[in-house]
Amino acid sequence: MDGLWLQSLLLADSTVRLATPLVFCALAGLLSERAGVVNIALECKMLGGAFAAASAAAVSGSAWVGLLAGITFSCGLALVHGFATITHRGEQVVSGVAINIVVAGLGPTLADAWFGQAGRIPLPGGARFAPIDLPGAVELAGVPVLGSLYAEIVSGHNLLVYLAVLAVPTVAWIVAKTRFGLRLRAVGENPEAVDTAGVGVEGLRHRALLLAGVLCGLAGAYHSIAQNAGFIRDMTAGKGFLAFAALIFGKWRPVPAVLACLLFAFADAAQVRLQGTSLPLVGTVPTQAIQALPYLLTILLLAGFVGRAVAPRSLGRPYVKDR
Amino acid sequence: MRGTSRLPTWVELLLLPGLNLVSAAMIAGLVVVLIGEDPIAAVGLLVYGAFGYGEAVGYTLFYTTNFVLTGLAVALAFHAGHFNIGGEGQAYLGGLGSTLVALHWGDLPSLLAIPLAVAGAALFGGAWALVPGWLYAKRGSHVVITTIMMNFVAAALMTYLVVNVLIKPGQQIPETDIFATTVWLPPLDPLLTPLGLDLGRAPANLCSILALLCCLGFWLLVWRSRPGYELRVVGRSEAAAIYAGIAPARVTMLAMSLSGALAGLLAVNEILGSQHRLVLGFTGGYGFVGIAVASMGRNHPLGILLAALLFGALYQGGSELAFDMPKISRDMIVVIQGLVILFAGALEHLFRAPLEALFLRPKVER
Repeated sequence: MDGLWLQSLLLADSTVRLATPLVFCALAGLLSERAGVVNIALECKMLGGAFAAASAAAVSGSAWVGLLAGITFSCGLALVHGFATITHRGEQVVSGVAINIVVAGLGPTLADAWFGQAGRIPLPGGARFAPIDLPGAVELAGVPVLGSLYAEIVSGHNLLVYLAVLAVPTVAWIVAKTRFGLRLRAVGENPEAVDTAGVGVEGLRHRALLLAGVLCGLAGAYHSIAQNAGFIRDMTAGKGFLAFAALIFGKWRPVPAVLACLLFAFADAAQVRLQGTSLPLVGTVPTQAIQALPYLLTILLLAGFVGRAVAPRSLGRPYVKDR
Repeated sequence: MRGTSRLPTWVELLLLPGLNLVSAAMIAGLVVVLIGEDPIAAVGLLVYGAFGYGEAVGYTLFYTTNFVLTGLAVALAFHAGHFNIGGEGQAYLGGLGSTLVALHWGDLPSLLAIPLAVAGAALFGGAWALVPGWLYAKRGSHVVITTIMMNFVAAALMTYLVVNVLIKPGQQIPETDIFATTVWLPPLDPLLTPLGLDLGRAPANLCSILALLCCLGFWLLVWRSRPGYELRVVGRSEAAAIYAGIAPARVTMLAMSLSGALAGLLAVNEILGSQHRLVLGFTGGYGFVGIAVASMGRNHPLGILLAALLFGALYQGGSELAFDMPKISRDMIVVIQGLVILFAGALEHLFRAPLEALFLRPKVER
């Protein structure tokens, strides 16, 4: 029993760790897609953020400088995406693919040229967000159930994990309750109406993309200067696309999207532990089946076989004012 | 979707792509300067590495073939009004199709085994793309999203199959046994050696001819056949198509499966022509670059040939460059590819508006 409890605790703990970048990215995707801009560049904004955060942290020795650099770089990519798709009304999907490819190559190229370690950036000690022990975690660890729950799952994460937890209600509140959020949703559904009301469509969309850039930068920094100590090539390993799937699985709404992130992160965490073990009823599940599960679920949901996901109405359509 | 251009043909087909390319090259040059190398010298090395000697030409030809096939795949779906960004997954499945044929019917004579293996690649790739096509036609799922998801499903499925089922017995490396030589695609040497080109160890093979035939077939299908006409009508306006008695659902499924079949043929070049066994991740991002090739080539086979040649030369010249300039790695080529997609695809309106202002003004005044 005790072993099983510990196992579940560890599983929950790694779910939280794996969910953090997904949550950031899914919220970023939510902000831009609800504003009507397709964002399949989440992956690279995160990867670019990870690269910039690691480089700045490695040079300056400060995790905070790294975080700032990660957010700045990711916002820069968001501006490029916005310049191409909002200002010049380019194809949003093509722009996303292009930025993804550029960053996938740029990170290792610059890392190689600047740090000379075959595309890796190692971090000096201290340039990383360390786990934070919340007050009382050590003392309460001995208390059965609640104490270990508090010590293992609530306490002992790095700053960015807690920021992700904060980001969820914040973004949900911005989207649902603020004037900016109302306009953001309107611009994704019916930009003509927003324009008629005298609010600039392009400006709103640019701001939504920039906010998304900040969140992707946080996700990237989490990868390179919090969860790991340094940058390696392709270190985000498709997590941006997983978050994209979670966003759709959550039907473009904040709380369901975050729940989908937790579900996918849980599947990811369980997959590592289930390797080779046999489950009751189903037998040995291949890890690849669990890896493919989020994408399969999303395809099924999108096709309306389980519930129905309806995209923002003007998603992917550039706004032409003079029509 | 893209409307008809009002620009003069030479501006549309030469000046505009040229300006886009130059901008991409300038940014790429900036990156080269940033990492401390000489961009002019780099271009020289790149061109020599791509065309300077027989073996280089052979490799360039080989990569070009990959890009032609994935470019045609993207373009065909585009004419029907869809973005097929699932080329990676479809090509991956195409590899499975040709591998199954190669492993089971490898003892057939080449004249039978090779066409069967090619058909296997096209069939599996087409079937994998038919799923998003069907989901769009029947359930309204967005093709972009479904094809992205299908790429990941394909990757998981192929890893499982190669690691657990198809792996060569008694070894650890995740790849199948070497195929029987009967399904190997013949190299191009006998055709090119008489012309004085020694291809050396370059893997250029008969698939290059197949790709040329695909270009021709593409042109005949899209512009000279009834299904192609229907396909273009659906791509322009589904409402108009329905009014004209064309069923968009059927056309979409046809276009997507043909698009997937073209992407699947990538496996013919890579697997049957070069690797001679199924290895993990052989698709190597060619499916995504197909988007750039199609968009630079204006979704026309002739343009796609030229754009694919450009990317093939970049790819081969780039790997040579990485040898000669220690600070430049193969990743730099990925950056350049991405920049070309950005400028030629996403930012294509950047120069269009000023050019239209420049060339169309007299007509407006008249």
